[in-house]
Amino acid sequence: MDSLELIGMISIIMAGATVGIGAPITAIGEGWAVSRAMGALAQQPDAAPVISRTLFIGLAMTESSAIYCFVVSMILIFANPFWNHFAGLAGAQ
Amino acid sequence: MTITPDWIVYWQLGPFRITATLVFTWLVMALLVLVSHAVTRRLSTGMSVPRGQLLLEIVLDGIRGQIREVAGPGSDRYLPFIGTLFLFVATSNVLAIVPGFRPPTGSLSTTSALALCVFVSVPAFGIASRGLRAYLRTYMEPHPLMLPFNLLGDVTRTIALSIRLFGNMMSGTMIAATALAIAPLFFPIIMNALGLLIGIIQAYIFSILALVFIASASRVQEEQAARSTNPQEETLHG
Repeated sequence: MDSLELIGMISIIMAGATVGIGAPITAIGEGWAVSRAMGALAQQPDAAPVISRTLFIGLAMTESSAIYCFVVSMILIFANPFWNHFAGLAGAQ
Repeated sequence: MTITPDWIVYWQLGPFRITATLVFTWLVMALLVLVSHAVTRRLSTGMSVPRGQLLLEIVLDGIRGQIREVAGPGSDRYLPFIGTLFLFVATSNVLAIVPGFRPPTGSLSTTSALALCVFVSVPAFGIASRGLRAYLRTYMEPHPLMLPFNLLGDVTRTIALSIRLFGNMMSGTMIAATALAIAPLFFPIIMNALGLLIGIIQAYIFSILALVFIASASRVQEEQAARSTNPQEETLHG
């Protein structure tokens, strides 16, 4: 197995693993935050604008880690620098 | 499959390239400017106002209300910057459902530029409202040992701001393209509707986060000024 096949295989596996590990953990945290916000909304409906705005900001903060995972996996699949380097070497031969 | 409109090059002269990002940014800018100009050319204050003026007034009033809720009274000076950020990001995100339009916010260069504007405007608003020395003192706020962490926090939150918008918009176009390849009949419509929702939420979040950063850089001073016995002296020395 030459280096190009190895790089392709490991990149695809790691791209799946990055999203597969990073997204569920973030989803658990976001679900927790939403459930607590729902509880707070049920207890004090008057404070709905403040609660929902803070919830949105907090969700955006939390979600950015999942977005990082997605960006890294997209880079691994579509713009992999090691793949491009070795593919260029193989093309030159 | 192109993941960012930076890779679509229309015209190139040496190191200068006219990419799809640039073209669609100009398109969004032209749209905003022309619509606003056409509406504000004939404003009326009578009982019946034109429909376009009513629309712009509703948009402006909503943005101003949100800013006042977050940043408290006296926050109308943030309105031009935050409102422009929101309108630009929201327009380019919503236009993403037009076939052939690549949203410029789906490119890391655009979002980095917007985040850099926020990065520059945070100290600008902070210094304008509380003075240079008092602003620099906030970096050593709990303790001077926290100085590197405060500086690092400024940089990392700017990067997070740009990557968040880029990742969300890029994932929207990628998911639409993938759905088109797998199940081209109904599924892309649902994903496009979801993309509209995500685009508006991301525009809201981008501008609210910029507002929170700016307000937290200048609000500390207002609390201190309210606490001190003579706020006028503070601003004089600051």
